Amino acid sequence: MKIIEVENLKKNFNEFTAVDGVNFYINQGEIFGFLGPNGAGKTTTINMLTGMAKITEGKVKLMGEDYTGNAKKAQAMMGIVPDESNLYEELSGWENLVFCGALYGMKKKLSEERAAQLLKEFGLEEAASKSFKAYSKGMKRKLAIAAGIIHQPEILFLDEPTTGIDVAFARQIRNLIVDLHSKGTTIFLTTHYIEEAERLCERLAFIVQGKIVREGTVEEMMKEIQGENIVNFTLGKDFTLRDDFTKIEEEFRSHFPDFNLKMGTKNSGLRIHSPSNFTLFPFVQFFEERGLPVFEAKIIRPSLEEVFVKVTGIELQKMQSEQNQKGKKGQKGGGSRS
Amino acid sequence: MKTWIAFSSILMKDMRSYYLKPPNISWGLIFPIAWTLMFFLRSPVAVEVRDLLPGVMALSILFGTTSMLAVTITFERKSRSFERLLLAPISFNLLMLAKTSGAIMFGVVNAFVPVIFASFLTDLSGINWLMILGSVLLVAITSTFLGLFIAVSVSQVFEAQTFSNFFRFPMLFLCGLFIPLADLPSFLRPVSYALPLTYGADILKTAINQNGIISIPLSFIALLCFSVFLFAYSIYNVNRKWIL
Repeated sequence: MKIIEVENLKKNFNEFTAVDGVNFYINQGEIFGFLGPNGAGKTTTINMLTGMAKITEGKVKLMGEDYTGNAKKAQAMMGIVPDESNLYEELSGWENLVFCGALYGMKKKLSEERAAQLLKEFGLEEAASKSFKAYSKGMKRKLAIAAGIIHQPEILFLDEPTTGIDVAFARQIRNLIVDLHSKGTTIFLTTHYIEEAERLCERLAFIVQGKIVREGTVEEMMKEIQGENIVNFTLGKDFTLRDDFTKIEEEFRSHFPDFNLKMGTKNSGLRIHSPSNFTLFPFVQFFEERGLPVFEAKIIRPSLEEVFVKVTGIELQKMQSEQNQKGKKGQKGGGSRS
Repeated sequence: MKTWIAFSSILMKDMRSYYLKPPNISWGLIFPIAWTLMFFLRSPVAVEVRDLLPGVMALSILFGTTSMLAVTITFERKSRSFERLLLAPISFNLLMLAKTSGAIMFGVVNAFVPVIFASFLTDLSGINWLMILGSVLLVAITSTFLGLFIAVSVSQVFEAQTFSNFFRFPMLFLCGLFIPLADLPSFLRPVSYALPLTYGADILKTAINQNGIISIPLSFIALLCFSVFLFAYSIYNVNRKWIL
């Protein structure tokens, strides 16, 4: 059963089109990933679905019922965890959860029972009476997720849940997402971490400049690069400047017209993509003749990252560093919206 | 039932987080005392407390409610916690009524602080308390909605303070609180009648000293109209500016 159906959704801010006619659906009980760089339209899409932004054009259905322009009707069925905390700094973790339950009309006793249960499940029992402002970034994110599900919504919107928090908390949050999913919660997840999306999501959509450029299951997406051979070369020179790469790429193309050369995920790496098997020696020789000693050559198992780069043409490393900058700004109280 | 739970939770949270905090309680007490003392100390002639009472009551409500609401909403907007309320399945009208109810109560309580002080200094017999209650309530509602109007027009806490003063300080002189309307230059009088506090202060004058100049039903109707207009315009602005 489709829990959410989005048809030709569009959002204009004056002359600027932030979301440009996107279409997608989310099946009940699945984790749907929404991937894209900073400014692609991920948060704007969530805002339109949850009633925080007006819809310029298009239609949104929840459980088959059209709620375009009347999000209040649907908000009781939604849990929303924004990219930045929106809980009350002066309230304790416990008070925040009980208050959030009451906002959804939960009676005090029920709200308190559920708050106690969630604090336990999320490992926040000991911090329950602490003021929210004393929480670490990771704890705040966990409590925000708990607040998002206190009323047991039909669908949970998670906007960049692991951005800007340390590795250990990010792992805990991923585990919480898996756990929620196993209990039947439908999750709409926006992220810029491809490996996170690959690990968690059943279906995905890539959004770039307000348009969905690819949508499907992880398996369907992986088919796009099946049979492709990828070798990553670690070189003795950093490719931090785009000019370096452009020059090498031009020469590479004239020498090896059947192969594709791409920037690797690390600064010192280049990748060769080919539809067939190939020997390494001519490539090692090519690089070394240009003063680029090869330290390592490694066969790469094709991942969703390759699909993303292939489909969007966006360098993943650049996208993630931009997004991390955004996360850091958010931690300092700033932060922008995409 | 669910709506009532949400409404009362927002109200109770605001009472605990803002209105019952010691600095705000002291603000509610100190402010009316300061106004009363100021008039006693600066006046070369003996000042009748009963004459001052309507003006001090009206000012206590105006300054208490507008400051609190404009600042708390702007602060919550800035910290994004207001977003949590906008995402809750309750109508904007009800949400804003819940947010403003605490400030209205705060204003009503503030209004009676000078009355308590006055009761030690002068005879308060012959006052129409029912009329006072009605007037205090309507002045508190109008002033709170003025605070709401300010809150939805600005984005920073300091802007809320500045914008509040832009409305409040002219009201000190133009609403007949301490300077009778008849003593104002004729070109300023239309401005006085365009300000809600003029009507509230006039009802209080009639209720306390029987010296108001505007008809009571007209003043109540004017205050109701101002309340409806300010609330409706604020809701319109929330929809226009906060739901982009």
